[in-house]
Amino acid sequence: MTSHTDPTSRGSGVTAQSTQAGRRPRRKRGLAALSLVAVAALGLAACSSSKSPGASPTTSGGGATTTTPATTTPASTTSAASAPSSDINNGQPVTLTWWHNANTDPGKSAFQKVADDFHAAHPNVSFDVQPFQNEDIKTKIPIALQGTPPDIFQQWGGGALAQQIQSGKIGDITQYTSSWIGDLGKGAAGWAVDGKQYGVPYDYHVVGFWYRTDLFQKAGISDPPATFDDLLADIQKLKDAGITPIALGGKDKWPDAFYWENFILKECPQDTVVSSLNAKSFTDPCFVKAGDDLKKLVDAKPFNTGFLATSAQQGAGSSAGLVANGKAAMELQGDWEMAVMPSLTSDKDFASKMGFFPFPSVSGGQGTPGAALGGGDGFSCSTKAPDACAAFLQYLTSAPVESDLIKIGAITIPSNANATDAITDPTLKKVLTYLQGVSYNQLYFDQYMTASIGNAINDAVSNFMAGQGTSADLAGAVAKAASQ
Amino acid sequence: MSTQSRATARPGRSGSGVALSDELAARPGRAKARPGLRQRAELSILLGPAIVVFVGFVLAPIAVAVYYSVYKWNGFGPLTDFIGFGNYRRALSDPVFQKSIVHNLIIAGLSLVIQLPLSIGIALLLNRKIRGRTFLRLVVFAPYVLSAAVTAVMWSLMLQPDGFADHVFKAVGLGSFVQTWLGDLHIVLYTIFVVATWQYMGFGIVLLLAGLQGIPGELREAAALDGATAWQVTRMVTLPLLGPTIRIWIFLSMIGSLQLFDLVWIMTGGGPANASSTMATYLIDKGFRSYEFGYGSAVAVILFLICFVFALLYQRFALRRDTQGALTRMVR
Repeated sequence: MTSHTDPTSRGSGVTAQSTQAGRRPRRKRGLAALSLVAVAALGLAACSSSKSPGASPTTSGGGATTTTPATTTPASTTSAASAPSSDINNGQPVTLTWWHNANTDPGKSAFQKVADDFHAAHPNVSFDVQPFQNEDIKTKIPIALQGTPPDIFQQWGGGALAQQIQSGKIGDITQYTSSWIGDLGKGAAGWAVDGKQYGVPYDYHVVGFWYRTDLFQKAGISDPPATFDDLLADIQKLKDAGITPIALGGKDKWPDAFYWENFILKECPQDTVVSSLNAKSFTDPCFVKAGDDLKKLVDAKPFNTGFLATSAQQGAGSSAGLVANGKAAMELQGDWEMAVMPSLTSDKDFASKMGFFPFPSVSGGQGTPGAALGGGDGFSCSTKAPDACAAFLQYLTSAPVESDLIKIGAITIPSNANATDAITDPTLKKVLTYLQGVSYNQLYFDQYMTASIGNAINDAVSNFMAGQGTSADLAGAVAKAASQ
Repeated sequence: MSTQSRATARPGRSGSGVALSDELAARPGRAKARPGLRQRAELSILLGPAIVVFVGFVLAPIAVAVYYSVYKWNGFGPLTDFIGFGNYRRALSDPVFQKSIVHNLIIAGLSLVIQLPLSIGIALLLNRKIRGRTFLRLVVFAPYVLSAAVTAVMWSLMLQPDGFADHVFKAVGLGSFVQTWLGDLHIVLYTIFVVATWQYMGFGIVLLLAGLQGIPGELREAAALDGATAWQVTRMVTLPLLGPTIRIWIFLSMIGSLQLFDLVWIMTGGGPANASSTMATYLIDKGFRSYEFGYGSAVAVILFLICFVFALLYQRFALRRDTQGALTRMVR
């Protein structure tokens, strides 16, 4: 495929089981930083005793990419907990093959630089970095796990991770990550199975509506809609103004599923959602109500012409491209859209025209207030050199490196709470505030469930939006897929 | 690509394998001479690599796919959940798979009814001595040189709403014909057929041209001297002599239609709402997206059997005469 999907962007389900990323305690940071300084001092001391000071994680973590002293501190802290560099893979040379989905810039060169910097600090650890298009990498990984998997590879956690572990080829990195995984917040639990860490997230995601402030204004809409009824009214206003209200990448199916899943979070309380997902059976009437809501939305015909064949992120005709070029007023997508859109439009100033609002509430809905849909991107390790891989992931997710990735535009919301200060875009700050305020962040259903059920959910919603089947059929698709 | 998709690529090859053995059998003289050491060495050197490749990449994957297909297996860990023909029953009773088979048959049927006459017509035209013939042949063949992925992406861009295709229609006053070419459940399959025709017709035409070149000009001349009209010469002399080539074209086209994958996968992914799914997209979707490798293998085996049975029957009833050289003998 020759598409250019943005890497960070993800495809069908980037993920993190109940990414409680939002819970990252900002207020506590001052205190945390203090204690970090103390640990950092210890870390420096430890490093100075290692054979080559230049090769220590501390200096690499801080020195290679850090530009401000403020970010140096947490970095040294995190590396302080790790083993001295000479101990990585017992000092033996090792080449780690790294598959990631950042196949376009800025992510592609940013990840290459991270690998190069780590290699400079740890000469015995080399990298063979192989970027793949997002949809391709999803096919390649399961095949690779039947043979020789890459040593570091894209991982979205959830039910798919649990399945992949059965291959016995994913490294259990619990012992190498336990000292620092806490820096990544509760969201990191999405990459753990049965209490064992099988991957590390480098960013978190949350889904909401991205909208064009200029087009909303043109249609005479002053405030973004807070309720479903407002949304329907605004859709009409936009249509009256001759503007396509919503862009939707229905070809990829997962963007369709975002609608149903969000309606479910508005109609069903958290307990019902989680227990039904775990039971692989959506029997509560609230799931059918969510389908009815979706039907109501589809019947309002808010979507772009041919949305059933529109891709989400490939080219100017994709849903992201339509919004970035002002051809549609909004779309329901994750925070990654801000990283996806720049390559799809020639409008250098599009970001200033973008706004964000959470999925509107549904009147009478029993959903837990503040529930959100999201996930994250991460990496898993093979069993070849789990310690080297884990050390690298620690470096990758350290605050200074993630700060740099944010500044370059490779990621939007970092997994490391200490890197959030690097976010300068006012709209992304709003998204961050929203994410930090959510009561719980439900992992996208397709990622939370095993692949077959997740795929069946996306298929069912996609068919439903093409006008096939009833709300009851839609809810029943989960149990049906589970029975096969 | 996977073992599954290799399985899909197989029938064509096994078909030609059968043709080869037929050909060998048709030369009894060979077998009589006792093969000397040199001959044996020659045989093993020439056939050895081919046999190794054939067994390793064709027969073995089929066997493995059959083995996988009787398990419920997500591709990771050991195969433990033996379910016999469960996967096969599930596939054959799945409306989506049934629909996919129908889609394949529709594409195959359309190829016969539309692509074949069109190809023959163009081939006949290009076989005449007309100005710029070489250039025209090149133009006709050009799309085939592109990879299917490039074709698919290119056409997706042209066919997107308000894209190039729509503008062309509007420019010539056919704006009312504009459709959401890939987004309409009732149109998408035919849109894909048009793209497939664009891509693959050049190959068929070149094949037919080669066949036409093999027909001696004297025959047509003789017919013309006997008072046959141009149409009669074409109908009674050229087309019958083109028969073997046409039969080969049909064979390749049918196998290609049954295995249609890349164009569909990239342009629509089988959607919307499975309106353009084929057996191959269905199998990749189930195997790699849903991690149902056991089930995917069963679908691959079904696809293989359909192609294999078709290939055998076609060999037996349509191609055998050609491969035995009946026609050429008759002509000589």
